[in-house]
Amino acid sequence: MVELTLPKNSTVGTGKTFSKPQGATKLKTFNVYRWSPDDTENPRIDTYYVDQDDCGPMILDGLIKIKNEIDPTLTFRRSCREGICGSCAMNINGTNTLACTSGIDEMDGDINIYPLPHQPVVKDLVPDLTNFYAQYASIKPWMQTQTPPPPDRERLQSKEDREKLDGLYECILCACCSTSCPSYWWNSDRFLGPAVLLQAYRWLADSRDENTGERLDALEDPFRLYRCHTIMNCANTCPKGLNPAKAIAEIKKMMIERRG
Amino acid sequence: MSMRTPLKNVRHLGSAKEGTTHWWHQKVTAIALIPLFVIALAYVVSLVGADYDRVRYILSLPFTSLILLLLIGATFYHMKLGLQVVVEDYVHTESTKVVLLMLNSFFCAIVGLAAALAVLKLAFGG
Repeated sequence: MVELTLPKNSTVGTGKTFSKPQGATKLKTFNVYRWSPDDTENPRIDTYYVDQDDCGPMILDGLIKIKNEIDPTLTFRRSCREGICGSCAMNINGTNTLACTSGIDEMDGDINIYPLPHQPVVKDLVPDLTNFYAQYASIKPWMQTQTPPPPDRERLQSKEDREKLDGLYECILCACCSTSCPSYWWNSDRFLGPAVLLQAYRWLADSRDENTGERLDALEDPFRLYRCHTIMNCANTCPKGLNPAKAIAEIKKMMIERRG
Repeated sequence: MSMRTPLKNVRHLGSAKEGTTHWWHQKVTAIALIPLFVIALAYVVSLVGADYDRVRYILSLPFTSLILLLLIGATFYHMKLGLQVVVEDYVHTESTKVVLLMLNSFFCAIVGLAAALAVLKLAFGG
């Protein structure tokens, strides 16, 4: 059965509260999920106070400040700090999003930060996305053609056909959508999830790709595709404003279209 | 520690090459149920306070029987498809899953057919 409660060794306890910085007038409280594989302790929530007058505007700035100045053991992924690498995807105040594009001031009250839901945790805010990346590899996310490319130029695409990739190519594979999807929580071993299905549609919709039929064959499965029940959490949470649910609906339409 | 690669797990047994019929039939029955339910409800409302013979007579009319048979067919087929998805979503123990899926099919077939028989009996004046 689906597990509705956390196993005993995953129950989250109260952790340390770090002292407030001296003389700060604009304090923000960060409650952060902590877990380390190096000891046998349960996960805990540590509380940090960040002086907003001495910190960048984004939640990632706050986390970096905490790591640099308060607690160097805090572990999280980050790289580009401008919403294009997808590394700092985490659950902030109940919504999966990118820490680098969410402002501290956008949050009322305390900021509660957890790793992306329902993935194994490597440490603190770092989820293990091995399965997610393997699912991405399984849809063969590259152009497949029988026709060799023209010897003297790139493969051409009309402006109209290029526009069909808008809303798809922007996906940065941060996994916010897939890990917000209840269907993905219960069946991520077989359901591909919104991010990977949006990527699959990105290649189905590409006018230059010649393997559309084979791609549809590989997706036509009660679990790989049809576990999507149009819950729409994916579209709600996407930090890039994309709509994976619509891409999935387009795949389902293609499945019907090729039947007659 | 598993020595299998992540891709081996993801590709697993391959695509079942089905699911589209199931999905489409669920949508079609859902849409069919809207007018069927409205008409059936209208019958129920119009028969409020009617005596037994009147109700039997109305239910035995060809159009009423047709609507009721369609309603019963669509309802129980839709129910079978929907509950199947619920079981597949939440039950991950293979043996329990198979038993529940069978019970679901049996239940929908038996109750659906029993309801249809009742309508046919009225229609043919049994």
